[in-house]
Amino acid sequence: MSEPWEEEGPGTIKKFMYVNRKAPYGTIYALESLEVVLIAAAFEQDVSMAFLDDGVYQLKKGQDTQGIGMKNFSPTYRALEGYDVEKLYVEAESLAERGLSEDDLLVPVEVMGREALAELMDEQDVILSF
Amino acid sequence: MPIEAGGKMYETDEEGYLADLNDWNPDLATAMAKADGADLDENHWEVINFLREYYEEYQIAPAVRVLTKAIGKKLGPDKGNSKYLYELFPYGPAKQACKYAGLPKPTGCV
Repeated sequence: MSEPWEEEGPGTIKKFMYVNRKAPYGTIYALESLEVVLIAAAFEQDVSMAFLDDGVYQLKKGQDTQGIGMKNFSPTYRALEGYDVEKLYVEAESLAERGLSEDDLLVPVEVMGREALAELMDEQDVILSF
Repeated sequence: MPIEAGGKMYETDEEGYLADLNDWNPDLATAMAKADGADLDENHWEVINFLREYYEEYQIAPAVRVLTKAIGKKLGPDKGNSKYLYELFPYGPAKQACKYAGLPKPTGCV
């Protein structure tokens, strides 16, 4: 029996990408994705998140959810770094189509074009789409 | 099961986590610890207060690994290790300390 504080090795490390395509509120997808990412981070896998289409709004600064009576979970994206989830990719076209730029986002991200992101998706072992 | 502290009753969920984190006060933490047969000293409070600050900033309760790392950053390596935290909170540092801090059960907690 190992003691509870002794860590087990991570075993095989797979590349997981969580693809977020929906606006943060109105559906539960964004919050569920974030929670799954935080849980999966405990398993020491190679985790990244991609934000495309309306999913880019998930990272938009200055959300105010009072009017819809939901918890504002924007601050939780800032916790990702502490969970060693540091690879956040945002599709440049999706930002541009919505009149947004990197300065509108609440955490540091890597903005990349559609083609580059498609290539990155190709390299993943697992893609989970939300 | 509701818990009593300072003459008032507070709602908790079936695992003993406080239903409304705005209800929290230090007496409640002491009462919860007492129910588990534990006394809180300043080392416990250090972790409990840290968790409340973490929740305030990020709106989640941290997983134990993240808590350990963050405690180490703030309070030094003597305290930022699993052994120290498990000695303080034998039921699991994230789980037990979060409960006393009035936070929800950590996402993906051990």
